[in-house]
Amino acid sequence: MSNGSKERNPFRSSSKRRRRNDAGGHALFAFFTYFVLACTAYIFLDIAVKGAPVVFKAEAPFVNLGFIFNNPETLVVFKDGNGEKVRMAMSDFSEFKKANPEAVITDEHTFSYCAGGIWGPLVGTALLVGICMVIALFAGVASAIFLNEYARHGRFMNTIRLAIMNLAGVPSIVFGLFGLGVFCLWPWLPVLTYEPSGNAVATFAIPFTDGFLSFQGWGTSMIAGGCTLAIMVLPVIIAACEESLKAVPMGFREAAMALGATKWQAIRTAVLPYAKPGILTASILGITRVAGETAPIMFTAALAHKAGLPWAEAKGGGLFWVSDFFTQSVQALPYHIYTVSARIPRSEDTEPMQNGSVFVFLLLVMAFAALSISMRARYRKKLKW
Amino acid sequence: MNDIDLDPVPAATGDDAIPVPDEPASETIIEIENLGFSYDHGKTETLQGISLEIPKNMVTAFIGPSGCGKSTLLRCLNRMNDLIDTAKVTRGTIKILGQDIHAPDVDAIELRKHVGMVFQKYNPFPKSIYENVAYGLRIQGVQKKSTLNEAVERALVQSALWEEVKDRLADSALGLSGGQQQRLCIARAIAVQPQIVLMDEPCSALDPIATARIEDLITELCENYTIVIVTHNMQQATRVSARTAFFYLGELIEYAATDKIFVKPDKKQTEDYVSGRFG
Ligand SMILES: Nc1ncnc2c1ncn2[C@@H]1O[C@H](COP(=O)(O)OP(=O)(O)OP(=O)(O)O)[C@@H](O)[C@H]1O
Ligand SMILES: [Mg+2]
Repeated sequence: MSNGSKERNPFRSSSKRRRRNDAGGHALFAFFTYFVLACTAYIFLDIAVKGAPVVFKAEAPFVNLGFIFNNPETLVVFKDGNGEKVRMAMSDFSEFKKANPEAVITDEHTFSYCAGGIWGPLVGTALLVGICMVIALFAGVASAIFLNEYARHGRFMNTIRLAIMNLAGVPSIVFGLFGLGVFCLWPWLPVLTYEPSGNAVATFAIPFTDGFLSFQGWGTSMIAGGCTLAIMVLPVIIAACEESLKAVPMGFREAAMALGATKWQAIRTAVLPYAKPGILTASILGITRVAGETAPIMFTAALAHKAGLPWAEAKGGGLFWVSDFFTQSVQALPYHIYTVSARIPRSEDTEPMQNGSVFVFLLLVMAFAALSISMRARYRKKLKW
Repeated sequence: MNDIDLDPVPAATGDDAIPVPDEPASETIIEIENLGFSYDHGKTETLQGISLEIPKNMVTAFIGPSGCGKSTLLRCLNRMNDLIDTAKVTRGTIKILGQDIHAPDVDAIELRKHVGMVFQKYNPFPKSIYENVAYGLRIQGVQKKSTLNEAVERALVQSALWEEVKDRLADSALGLSGGQQQRLCIARAIAVQPQIVLMDEPCSALDPIATARIEDLITELCENYTIVIVTHNMQQATRVSARTAFFYLGELIEYAATDKIFVKPDKKQTEDYVSGRFG
């Protein structure tokens, strides 16, 4: 084409300014996006770089098993006779002193919870999340079925739905206080025990045992924490379940009902099976959310330190054991991180515990998120209609 | 199937107000009398005083322009409209096998076992072919493997699908073609051996060849079942149905033998509609 064609180009830009604005907007939006991405990547990398050496090691089995499978302990830092700095867990330190009574120990410091590992908090978090998910799934699926399948779609129901959804925005510390008031302090919650507490509002001796059914409240306990977390995650679960139920075609319900199924039969056999994948993936995402919450469990369930694991601490037999098991307080990973990071001075001696705990936690959350995503992808392929 | 809630057919009484022209002697299975139906608590009537009688073991077609209430009437017959909160029958009665289906002691669940339905959009469950056909029996509590096998085979044979799927009963129903899926839905509906099968535009999502197969199937099925079919396809109505009802704006305009409706209808509106001159 010759030069002249430039003049005749019908698609020539009519306004330079408009084009410039467009390009400017593009650059601005891109900048913020990459900025956010860079911040996130920096945080993750920082955690990984600092935490990985604590959790992994160069020789087989490549994972620092002591860090995973030991309970937190007090760290002792001192200088030995040669003026060299030594770090020891409290238990090792006592042994060491017993073995070498004349050893020179100077400049001795202790740091709580900074030696040993994070097994207790890991177990505690797993138990809390487990209790929470069992309760939240039952209550959540039931409410979602009611809201989506049974309730008439009127103003009243929409208000209820709105109220439930708004619960999702309530700060978690509010749930913590609510849980403290209801599940820990309210005395009408029953426990099975051999020694009823003085606060019990009613106790009944159980025949043929030395035990009592005592209405004394649950106190600071994993069941109280699990219930608090469940209430906190319920709105998310209900919303996700409702979405999954809505995604099941109306035709399945109609076909089932037209064949003489009752409403519940239709829901059970022609709706729930196809909503299940959505419900499951949403609950796994819910798990990652509640697993990280500190505020709701701070008052209701968590302890900074506990010597034994929950199953070793529970006393009694049969149902008494079960009751005792669920009404004891536990350590929890997010609370442990809060303790070692915020309440212990940060120094080169305490950093390994801080970085390691955060890194393990991040790995866990990422693993659950990945599981949820891969499950969703797999079911998407399998269930298409 | 044994009739649990529905009384046996009483002799059709001859005192009905609607004149039924050149009616061949045939048992009536559905009697609709002055039926009014509303989707909004009775504020507006979607069906306005419909009266008609549907003969047993024949194909009856409902035709009419979109929105005239054909599907609504069809769904009244197995009380599927009960699922809509605001819907309500405002007047009149529907008697099936002589029993008023809105009587307080009629269970809609039982009714639907006798009055099956095939939907416009084929909607097999994402289960195996076998499980789809067995579904109705399973929810009715049939567990015996041999009974189920028999019923599934019979339904698939009757719906002209057996030869095509007998070697892959365990495969997903969603792997079938559209026409096969619709025939599977018909098989699913007849597996519980209803007396009446309601079909709401069963071929509207299908190509001409699949449509022809379903039409053949309908013609065969009417030996054992009473079929009510809603269709927008005039040729289809003439091909499959013995009697045709023409609806317009919630009213029954004309109901007669299909030949009469299409060749020499009494009403001007009917003639305009069936000849495609509808304004
Ligand atoms: N679930 C419903 N709620 C409220 N109104 C409805 C509902 N279903 C149908 N209607 C209304 O009832 C009238 C009749 O609808 P219907 O579905 O029976 O028509 P139709 O004759 O089957 O039409 P088409 O041939 O398009 O299927 C229409 O005006 C429609 O808007
Ligand atoms: Mg319709």
